[in-house]
Amino acid sequence: MLEIKNLKASINNKPILKGLSLTIKPGELHAIMGPNGSGKSTLANVLSGKNGYEISGDLNFKGENLKEISVEERAQKGIFLAFQYPLEIPGVNTNNFLKTSLNSIRKAKGEKELDTLSFLKLVKEKSSELGIDEKILSRQLNVGFSGGEKKKNEILQMKILEPNLSILDETDSGLDIDALKIIAKGVNSSRTNKKSFLVITHYQRLLDYIKPDFVHVLSDGKIIKTGCSDLAEELEKTGYKKLN
Amino acid sequence: MKQQELEKSKEYKYGFTTDIESIRAPRGLNEDVIKFISKIKKEPKWMLDWRLKAYNRLQKIKEPNWQKPKYPKINYQDLYYYSAPKSAKEKPKSLDDVDPKLIETYEKLGIPLKEQKKLSGVAVDAVFDSVSVATTFKDKLTEKGIIFCPISEAIQNHPELVKKYLGSVIPITDHYFATLNSAVFTDGSFVYIPEGVRCPMELSTYFRINASETGQFERTLIIADKGSYVSYLEGCTAPMRDENQLHAANVELVALDDAEIKYSTVQNWYPGDKDGKGGIYNFVTKRGACRGKNSKISWTQVETGSAITWKYPSCILQGDNSIGEFYSIAITNNHQKADTGTKMIHLGKNTKSKIISKGISAGYADNTYRGLVDINKKATNARNFTQCDSLLMGNKCGAHTVPYIKNKNFSSVVEHEATTSKINEDQLFYCNQRGLNQEEAVGLIVNGFCKEVLQQLPMEFAVEAQKLVGISLEGSVG
Repeated sequence: MLEIKNLKASINNKPILKGLSLTIKPGELHAIMGPNGSGKSTLANVLSGKNGYEISGDLNFKGENLKEISVEERAQKGIFLAFQYPLEIPGVNTNNFLKTSLNSIRKAKGEKELDTLSFLKLVKEKSSELGIDEKILSRQLNVGFSGGEKKKNEILQMKILEPNLSILDETDSGLDIDALKIIAKGVNSSRTNKKSFLVITHYQRLLDYIKPDFVHVLSDGKIIKTGCSDLAEELEKTGYKKLN
Repeated sequence: MKQQELEKSKEYKYGFTTDIESIRAPRGLNEDVIKFISKIKKEPKWMLDWRLKAYNRLQKIKEPNWQKPKYPKINYQDLYYYSAPKSAKEKPKSLDDVDPKLIETYEKLGIPLKEQKKLSGVAVDAVFDSVSVATTFKDKLTEKGIIFCPISEAIQNHPELVKKYLGSVIPITDHYFATLNSAVFTDGSFVYIPEGVRCPMELSTYFRINASETGQFERTLIIADKGSYVSYLEGCTAPMRDENQLHAANVELVALDDAEIKYSTVQNWYPGDKDGKGGIYNFVTKRGACRGKNSKISWTQVETGSAITWKYPSCILQGDNSIGEFYSIAITNNHQKADTGTKMIHLGKNTKSKIISKGISAGYADNTYRGLVDINKKATNARNFTQCDSLLMGNKCGAHTVPYIKNKNFSSVVEHEATTSKINEDQLFYCNQRGLNQEEAVGLIVNGFCKEVLQQLPMEFAVEAQKLVGISLEGSVG
């Protein structure tokens, strides 16, 4: 699914990722943990194609060189990023945004665009599955949403768009336990042997609900340790410092 | 070359020219030309006298130049003031008699005129250069006593109404362009809604400039008698040319007791090319008088075209409890310039006004909101709310807000809010990450920004306007 080899990324000549390698196979869920400033969000941004980074190394997604593909094409090919800070877009109805998004992805895949009725049916189904109040979808996109509502909205979008690779950038930060469970439910119910996940988090807490296949520790732009889910528990006890 | 033309037509799809034989007035501006116009329109003497009075006044006044967008001096003697298709010399009795070339032109513009294809629920008056070529749904409107016809026809058939109201909101002495229009105006629409009648459909005029080196001087007059209601919409397009063409219109609205007029504009004149060559000078005077108590006039404008847009659709709130509204979207891209806004003149008691202005600049464009809220001594308990938002795209464009507030009554409340923001890279990234390409993303964000104004448009046109907003900004984000 995703193959990263010796990835280096810098912004304004400041190196952030310093030779990161990672392979994610279909059906796998990888967690990336690490202290502040270790490059976690940069990895998420680089994978989704955000502008402003100088990049070297190999980045392959389903056999294609990601470096040559624009942000929207990556999204159309099935890369989804759940934002750490979802953006507010005033005046744009959330449902309308979601529908535009879903249809541009369907169109790119050569599938038929959904009409409003079938779209609303799909949204209803997915949001009740996650226990998300549909009302937020008739509001302006992320405007006046609480932190929890914003994150839940990201996960709902993930459920609707059905990406191959979902990247969750600290989706769990700042959430109460109920919201956290909704996020976990969203991820767990989407797991199949074809879909992969990259979950970026600060805390082990989320991993109580989402069982990763692998846990990586990112420090100073490199993966310094990889293990199974018990690595996360160990980190929680000892902290990151011991690893350095 | 072909490729280039293709690219060009993608930029402005209404830029074609209709090849049609036309009759023109001799070049230049003088008494003879005015007499020519009046004669060809078979006007009564009082109308010609009115025009000549305006012409004489014009000799004594100067063109204003306080506006922000400057333009090269216009040689008024170099223009043609009347141009009409030869086939329209005698106004066709029915649509079947209208020149097929004209029908085809309007069809290409998305305005079908033939019975079977007519837009349902919208009556259209089609103005081509200096004449109205067709008006639809006339019979249905006549049943209700509604008059909807070209103003040149109204001058002949309803002189009492025209004499009473023409120039009563915009006097012929008003200012240079209004006076010029009064002298040489050619066609436009006339609407009269009788007492207590709610107009059952949208009325709409579609203005088309076709001839080159010709100015278009539209004149529209709408009268809503006591307790009546009308919603009116105008649209405009012009061919792509290297020259700048002048469109100097006068639009007058009169609302009597308890009457309401909703006037919407979707202005898409040719904006000039990427380097700012060519395009229409859209210098327009629009003014409404809320003459009766409890009357209401609401202006909504979506200004996306023209090289220079210079206009202030205004309301004179004479009647007690009358309401004036102004909703505006002005989009300027490339080298376009706009200086637009409104004047709300509060004269009556408990009068209310609301101004919502959304300015969007991209490329090298310059966009100014200029507005006046004037509360007279006698306007007890007057209230105004103004909100001006500007959105900038890129770092070579400009946005300016120039509000004037004159308040002579202590009991009044005036509020002004203004914001200026830049289109946010992160918002674009968010949209891109959800599969939207750059243009879809910009269209979405800008439509969201303009939503409050777009909502005011009649449903039939809102979708079209939304698309236009997206198209006008195409290529503005690198």
